[in-house]
Amino acid sequence: MKITSDDVKHVARLAELKFTAGEIDKITPQLDRILEHVARISAVDTEGVEGTSHVMDVKNVFREDIPAGDTVTQRQALRNAPLEQDDGFRVPRID
Amino acid sequence: MDLNYLTAHEIKKKLEERQVSCRDVVQSVFSRIDDIDSSINAYIRLEKKSALQSADSIDKKISEGQVLGDMAGIPIGIKDNICTLGITTTCASKILDDYVPIYDAGVIGRLKKQEYILTGKLNMDEFAMGSSNENSFYGPVSNPWDTERVPGGSSGGPAASVAAGEAICSLGSDTGGSIRQPASLCGVVGFKPTYGLVSRYGLVAFASSLDQIGPFTRDMEDCAAMLNVICGHDRHDSTSLDREIPDYKSFLKDDIKGLRIGVPSELMAEGIDAEVKAAVTSALRKAEDMGAEVEEVSIPDLEYALNVYYIIAPSEASSNLSRFDGVRYGFRDSDADTLRKMYKNTRAGGFGDEVKRRIMIGTYCLSAGYYDAYYEKALKVRTLIKNDFDKAFSTYDVLISPASPTTAFRKGEKTGDPLAMYMSDICTIPVNLAGLPAVSIPAGLSDGGLPIGLQVMGDVLREDNVIRTAYALEKAIAFKEKPGI
Amino acid sequence: MNSSTETGSKYRSIIGIETHLELETATKMFCGCRLSFGEEKNINTCPVCLGHPGSLPVLNRRAVEFAIKIALALNCRINKRTIFHRKNYFYPDMAKNYQISQYDLPLGVAGYLEVNMGDYVRKVGITRVHMEEDAGKLIHSGSTGRISGSGASIVDFNRAGTPLIEIVTEPDIRTPEEAREYMTSLKNLLLYLDVSNCSMEEGSLRCDANVSIRPRDEKGLGTKTEIKNLNSFKFLQKGLQYEIKRQAKLLDSGKKVVQETRHYDNDSGTTRALRSKEEAHDYRYFPEPDLVPVIIDDDMVESIRAAIVELPENKTRRYMEEYGLSSYDAGFLAGDRKVAQYFESCLECFDDAKALANWIMGDFSALANREKIHICDSRVAPGDLCSMLKIIDSGRISIKIAKTVFEEMFKNGSDPEDVIREKSLEQISDSGELEGIIGSVIKDNPGPVKQFREGKEKAIGFLIGQVMARTKGKANPKVVNDIMSKKLR
Repeated sequence: MKITSDDVKHVARLAELKFTAGEIDKITPQLDRILEHVARISAVDTEGVEGTSHVMDVKNVFREDIPAGDTVTQRQALRNAPLEQDDGFRVPRID
Repeated sequence: MDLNYLTAHEIKKKLEERQVSCRDVVQSVFSRIDDIDSSINAYIRLEKKSALQSADSIDKKISEGQVLGDMAGIPIGIKDNICTLGITTTCASKILDDYVPIYDAGVIGRLKKQEYILTGKLNMDEFAMGSSNENSFYGPVSNPWDTERVPGGSSGGPAASVAAGEAICSLGSDTGGSIRQPASLCGVVGFKPTYGLVSRYGLVAFASSLDQIGPFTRDMEDCAAMLNVICGHDRHDSTSLDREIPDYKSFLKDDIKGLRIGVPSELMAEGIDAEVKAAVTSALRKAEDMGAEVEEVSIPDLEYALNVYYIIAPSEASSNLSRFDGVRYGFRDSDADTLRKMYKNTRAGGFGDEVKRRIMIGTYCLSAGYYDAYYEKALKVRTLIKNDFDKAFSTYDVLISPASPTTAFRKGEKTGDPLAMYMSDICTIPVNLAGLPAVSIPAGLSDGGLPIGLQVMGDVLREDNVIRTAYALEKAIAFKEKPGI
Repeated sequence: MNSSTETGSKYRSIIGIETHLELETATKMFCGCRLSFGEEKNINTCPVCLGHPGSLPVLNRRAVEFAIKIALALNCRINKRTIFHRKNYFYPDMAKNYQISQYDLPLGVAGYLEVNMGDYVRKVGITRVHMEEDAGKLIHSGSTGRISGSGASIVDFNRAGTPLIEIVTEPDIRTPEEAREYMTSLKNLLLYLDVSNCSMEEGSLRCDANVSIRPRDEKGLGTKTEIKNLNSFKFLQKGLQYEIKRQAKLLDSGKKVVQETRHYDNDSGTTRALRSKEEAHDYRYFPEPDLVPVIIDDDMVESIRAAIVELPENKTRRYMEEYGLSSYDAGFLAGDRKVAQYFESCLECFDDAKALANWIMGDFSALANREKIHICDSRVAPGDLCSMLKIIDSGRISIKIAKTVFEEMFKNGSDPEDVIREKSLEQISDSGELEGIIGSVIKDNPGPVKQFREGKEKAIGFLIGQVMARTKGKANPKVVNDIMSKKLR
């Protein structure tokens, strides 16, 4: 099952990335090769096997509903803002 | 004698005995950095001024007779994907070139309590994705043993700095071998603790279910001392284990009589260089001489470990890296006049090629129509691999293998073929999938004078066996060489 | 089970509602920042809710307890093992560009809410109750404050991370009126649980609806559309009414309904398709690796269940059984928690539940509605209402006079005794006093008296009326009737 440049464009859209035509030509066979290689796990018999999302058996971790002292000041919150306006993060027109 | 090449425990003794001052030690390290880092490029950012100030403060405490911890006054480098409050943290990426964290990582808080001295932020593969440290926005790192060659990755800076005497210890991170493989290529000790023992709070996430922070040191004694500092519960990390932390130094026993050592045959197969196999085999014979039992064991599902890893890690990464969008911090394409243009230009312009490749793979594996066959399937095979290890550890106390299939390869040798680069991690990846503790210690030099690393793996939370075995082997191997640079 | 109440159109409507509820915890879902209440921007944030590199979520225990409470109140089955998933999509109010939510193992499933429509009950299935985090707020610059036509937006992350509960119904609702009643009943139920202030105006309660129609005689489901921007229960009803008509028109003219998301416009009362997106979202859900599973044991569920106050359904039944109230009256009183509290407070000092019900649902509610306030926010304390009812009971005033007294109590918060005394409204029951007045009425109205004595029973009414007029309504009608009847024989 080969991955096409249309597949690549679709995935790029999902990931909010963009590639030039030349980059698509370069990356498509690379991705295809990698995906084809990793897809070999389809040969493994996993009947009745539960997937492992968490490798350690930890459960029920909570925090109490009390302010924890990690809240930062407005200055700190905006400290790294690439573009700040009216005490908020400014972003261009939403399309 | 070069202070910058001492171990932390040696320095501690000298400080206590007033043979040297902390300032002496720090200056020795920075002097070495001045001399050679233009050839190594281990550092992205140096903190010399504050390091000297801290040194003076330590010296004052010593003169007042205060008793200090193992890492007090020790110059330590920190991989640049660990957040340091007020000090730029870049993950070696253009997209975080000017990012200044508003908080300290959990491990940094612990080190600060111990009054460590920060030398600077260390170079790495961008967002911890790589096995050669050739993927950095700030240029590649060179292996101190041969600057034409790679130090390994992604913690190339942490490994090279310790190997070259540019730091006494350093902190790196390991997702698929990013501590152990560079430790192997640079001839130093690199330890990845059991998943959950070290807080991930403040570690810029690559693959959340696989990442762990760990130390680079010159010997196992320093390694155990570092583990004592960085291991422990953190309320900010839900995956952090809430259990009592032993004194890891208590496992530094030169005694492996009766220890049962398994050697996975899959990790001593054709893909491994002959010299590497030879060095590991020689170490195993020494282990037998010390009374350990060595046996070959097969871990069949290891065949698929690389495939599983290169589905799970990019998938989690593709989601973890979504936050880098130019809105709240980091690089932004400010010319873009619409939001979607800004997202795409920022991310396309801010990420390097390997990062983009992995985001693409991960997004694909999670996307509609492919999730079951890729991500979900990979999680199931992961269970099989974990079960295999459980079975092996019911018979063996530790498993030993090479830490890398080769010694340090030349720069540019594998950059043209991503898959070939990924194969550098076949020895280390399985450990992360199962959450096991593992260490790489120097096992010798190749004929070409390049370090070979030996990996000791233990069962979950069995750092005791790993440390004990590694310590005993370290003594037996007695690796004393340093890079000539 | 229930009667078909759809209007006699040729189509049947199928409606489902998705509700989001902001919980009133002290802190956010995954970090210790306080919840915000309209302060300056970005002052209740931290590395976690700002999505900084290296930040990690930690689950708020109380949010989980509230969620279990809600699921139990909606008769859900609680999943013993529940996990979080990441819902991946890019938007500026999403700090991480993924929302931590729940996917295939939500907290509660397979519940229901019974909605009383008066002459029938619609049982609305609850598909799921799950936990997630809220996004921040976008303020769009530009005159309309709307996205379209706006050159830029400002993001405020104060709200980001607020605990959110999502409640999804089965497509069991059949009319816009039922939809509105469902939301009303749901809101009243949730108010009983003390988990949220449930305000559509403040945005702590939000709903989207989806609707499809199909010809009555056909099986299966039609294509559904989703309606967003429904900011009140009234708009929910209107929006659905419009959309159903719109879909019917399409089908009537042989066209197809397009599956899409439509935006409801308050001013025009219409829905329009949102600017077409390139493609449907692919959220790429996968289990959240930074959060561990939540295992809920029976003890935890039972202790939460035990702590839930008496809910409307049970309370209604109890009112009917204990006080003999009609189902409508009981439902009215039990539905609104504050009204129920008021009613029960009154019952502590006056035990005629029916009389209380009549007054609360009648004059009291009428006056409160006129002033646009809740009866509990009026100046009539339960104790005062009780006093008034006791006075009526004792015969010192008639019900008619009581209405006047009550108006005064409502306006000024006065004690009923004071009102009666100041306005001399005390009913005259003293036969001696009344005899005289009755006597003179009889003397002054020979005509009606004669009519009565000739058999026209109703003429007594006129005469009694005259007595009432002369006493300014204060005469005790019963006593007047007795004396009058005796005198006329």
